[in-house]
Amino acid sequence: MTPETAPTADTRALTPWLWGLPLAAALWVAVYWHLTDFADLAVAALSLSRDTHWGEAVHFFLYDTPKVLLLLVGIVFVMGVVQTFFAPEHTRALLAGRRLGIGNAMAASLGIVTPFCSCSAVPLFIGFLSAGVPLGVTFSFLIAAPMVNEIALALLLGLFGWKVAALYLALGLLVAIGAGLVIGELKMERYLEDWVRAIHLGETAAPSGQGYTWPERFRAGWRHVREIVGKVWPYVLVGIGLGAAIHGFVPQDFMASFMGRDVWWAVPAAVVLGVPMYTNAAGILPVVEALIGKGAALGTTLAFMMSVIALSAPEMLILRKVLRWPLIATFVGVVAAGILLVGYVFNLVL
Amino acid sequence: MKQIKVLGSGCRNCEVTAKTIAEAAAATGIEIELEKVTDLARIMSYGVMSTPGVVIDGQVVHAGGVPDRKTVEGWLS
Repeated sequence: MTPETAPTADTRALTPWLWGLPLAAALWVAVYWHLTDFADLAVAALSLSRDTHWGEAVHFFLYDTPKVLLLLVGIVFVMGVVQTFFAPEHTRALLAGRRLGIGNAMAASLGIVTPFCSCSAVPLFIGFLSAGVPLGVTFSFLIAAPMVNEIALALLLGLFGWKVAALYLALGLLVAIGAGLVIGELKMERYLEDWVRAIHLGETAAPSGQGYTWPERFRAGWRHVREIVGKVWPYVLVGIGLGAAIHGFVPQDFMASFMGRDVWWAVPAAVVLGVPMYTNAAGILPVVEALIGKGAALGTTLAFMMSVIALSAPEMLILRKVLRWPLIATFVGVVAAGILLVGYVFNLVL
Repeated sequence: MKQIKVLGSGCRNCEVTAKTIAEAAAATGIEIELEKVTDLARIMSYGVMSTPGVVIDGQVVHAGGVPDRKTVEGWLS
């Protein structure tokens, strides 16, 4: 193949994206800025008033559903494109042999942008360790990757605004870095299962992140949207529906009595409640937003959400294949402590 | 005949990958032998960290995510 033929084919494939993406973006912005108008119109068309329970609930639903779905599509697409630059093999090479501290910070940050699915948590874990990534650094990655994810960020942004989303991002990173540091300092390598320590990685597989063309990156972004939004939209609908009902019908300040900021046990209770629940941020967050409107404290709520995502019972069962119980217990203890701290700090500050 | 292995612990993406390969082979009339590798130690021995991975005649050609139908046809031809 001559060098000239490849770029022309790429350029031809790129053209529709160069036209389509700005158009889609403009449309996106236009719709996003008129969501309230649309919800107002729809509520008026149904001859409902926002002063009634039903009117308020319907308005909430019609405003929040398109808003959250739009944000999901936008953010997930961008993340899908960004992830084509960060193959796990590449991340591993960046982290191999890093010292604790800087290594943990890098691992947590890379955890956000490296494509990660909980089904490959175990191969990833072993892959990192066998390439010389320290245990504590590996844990920072494994905690940050699911916790700070695009679904959680999109929903927080849509329902609570950018300040809360940014705080969640920062604190999620902090918990991941801190927990990884502690686990690293405790030198718990002996609690890995024997077969994990015995594994020697074969030839490193061809890094899948190299050789992407821009059209391929855009296609990957779009695939990411179809995959993720296609999976979570029913949860979003149900969640917002429930949230709408709470919003319209539950009396003001109802939640303040047991989820308010002056209830000291609310944060630990939220963390414990979150453990058996599994990655349904999409369904839980809209409910949570409605609860906050009724007086629940933000710190308690964020602690709950972090616990739901970062400490899930199914994931621990997967990790049990490679870790012995003392290490799993330490992992849960350290992460839970970090989340508790986040919850209390939030309740105090905000 | 090509020996194709799909590496993955049985998650949905791995199933989809295996199905895509089987369909592409059937459509193009190429004979393949498809095997799903679910044993973690074996998966790791190929150096694949992100599943699903695809191995053709002992060579890792893909890791992480479901491959496009077009890409799959490229491997088969």
